[in-house]
Amino acid sequence: MSVQYPLVQASAAPLAPRLTFAEEVTSFVWTKPLGAAGALIILMMLFVAVLAHLLAPYDPYLGDYAAQFARPQAEHWLGTDEFGRDVLSRIMYGARIALFVGFTASFAGCSLGALLGVLSAYCGGTLDLLLERVMDVLLAFPQLILALAVASILGPAVPNVVIAVAIPIIPRAARVVRATALAVKENQYVEAVHALGASQRRVVLQHILPNVMAPYIILLTAQLGSAILAEAALSYLGLGAAEPTPSWGLMLSGSAPSYAEKAPWIGLFPGIAISLAVFGFSLFGDSLRDALDPKLRGR
Amino acid sequence: MRTYLTKRLLLMIPTLFGVAAVVFVIMRVIPGDVTLLILGGDQTGRIDPQQLAAMRQQLGLDQPVAVQFGQWLWGVVRLDFGTSLWTGQPVIEEVLIRLPLSLEVAILATIVSVLLAIPLGMLAAVRQDSWVDYVIRVGSIGGQAIPSFWVGILVILFLVIYFGWGPPLEFTPPWVDPWANFQQLVWPVATVGYRYAAVTTRMTRSTVLEVLREDYIRTAWAKGLRERAVVIRHALKNAMLPVITLIGTEFAFLIGGLVVTETVFTLNGVGRFVVDAVAHRDYPVVQALVFLIAFCFVVVNLLIDLTYAWFDPRIRYH
Repeated sequence: MSVQYPLVQASAAPLAPRLTFAEEVTSFVWTKPLGAAGALIILMMLFVAVLAHLLAPYDPYLGDYAAQFARPQAEHWLGTDEFGRDVLSRIMYGARIALFVGFTASFAGCSLGALLGVLSAYCGGTLDLLLERVMDVLLAFPQLILALAVASILGPAVPNVVIAVAIPIIPRAARVVRATALAVKENQYVEAVHALGASQRRVVLQHILPNVMAPYIILLTAQLGSAILAEAALSYLGLGAAEPTPSWGLMLSGSAPSYAEKAPWIGLFPGIAISLAVFGFSLFGDSLRDALDPKLRGR
Repeated sequence: MRTYLTKRLLLMIPTLFGVAAVVFVIMRVIPGDVTLLILGGDQTGRIDPQQLAAMRQQLGLDQPVAVQFGQWLWGVVRLDFGTSLWTGQPVIEEVLIRLPLSLEVAILATIVSVLLAIPLGMLAAVRQDSWVDYVIRVGSIGGQAIPSFWVGILVILFLVIYFGWGPPLEFTPPWVDPWANFQQLVWPVATVGYRYAAVTTRMTRSTVLEVLREDYIRTAWAKGLRERAVVIRHALKNAMLPVITLIGTEFAFLIGGLVVTETVFTLNGVGRFVVDAVAHRDYPVVQALVFLIAFCFVVVNLLIDLTYAWFDPRIRYH
């Protein structure tokens, strides 16, 4: 005897309306006020860096011996250093270097690390074992010491700092992305694409890479702040940007501590600039992680 | 367990070999020659080539790089790290002079950070999105954002200007004069401890938040347990794995990684020794120090993995 099942008219549940970009931004600002504050700091820094040549009141390289150690005043809002250079102008131009090193080093390090992580997870076997051991070796070095060694080889210059800061990021990114890619690789849609005859390159580039973007972006924002700090530390140790480049770390090294009693503003303001920049990136990165991580969403 | 331990110990060998090889290659690639630095040249900057060759032979730098690496590696196996090219003293003696200071700062900073971070991280998670959470988050993100060398400069400046106080220059071990030791290390420990606590607080907050959403926490609430029991006994213990990993790896890095803090506070520790040795192209010292730091890191990692089973009995080692 056959059983007759009544046909049920299935209707799809209405989907939540897709938010426009403006609505998404507004919702981010409301739900993550600290993240929005971070984004504001980053935007302000970008603005100052891009328009430094218009906003800076003085040439950051030009010394004025008549105005050595000038206190913060109407002509020099943040005072002048031992060569009579305007501290505010140097900080404004310094934002360019901090952002350039921060963005390029973390982008290069995270991207190369992510690619190696995906390859390691996808290929498995000997390549995975080999890459994992190489990453182990790189991870066993303290980040700053590895950067210090690379910077010593390449010599003090801004592009070299980017390489020195990027190299220690690679193994960290590779680790995180490999773990995600290992899980993504096991998904049925990857198997389906394989069955459809897609090439390995296509599988990796079009199906695995886009699915590891969330940890990649989180890592990228997290590394931005630490890259700025690493650049400052290397410059402070004399292995980053060379004089007279207006790098924040460099402004804190050398003469700043020696003149600290006489002219504390020389060392005070660049330190505030570094802290504020890293603070902004960390606040934004944290909130972005909360927003992108499904486990933390809706909190 | 025994198989797991053997496997992990064996895996340490290629990692440490890799570290040794990388640091050896890096030191040979860095431009600059230790012999030139030692000889310095005469007033016109000229160096006698014969003198240079003799010095290179004396330091063993005239041999092929592979032979130098083999000799160094064989020395490491016998715990002989060679002699410093700069001071002529055995490297191990030079390290042992500086290690107590770095170790003390690392241990004290870890204690400070754990005492601050775990309660604060837990509190921020339990009171999520309240003003308490915001204050703790801003304080901890600030701790990570402020460069430690800048804090160091400010602290020294503040103490010098307002109290006319400078830290003692000579390191006094705590068993010789605890008060002098405290005076010298209190500020470096506070500076490093704050930064380290900031990192740990953020990690504690985020893992406790994740655990608080688990079903067994809901069950614990439903059983009518008090907040203290739910948070400490049920949530905190289960949230500790990533926190312990972080504390362990940070501790391993603190031993040799306080390059900048030691420079600012003029402490004669391992981190500053690395920078000086790189500047002097003192190959044996850099090789030994980086190898020792990496060794600490690998051993601490293994110890962390072994403590996992205590915190989470579901973890079994095979």
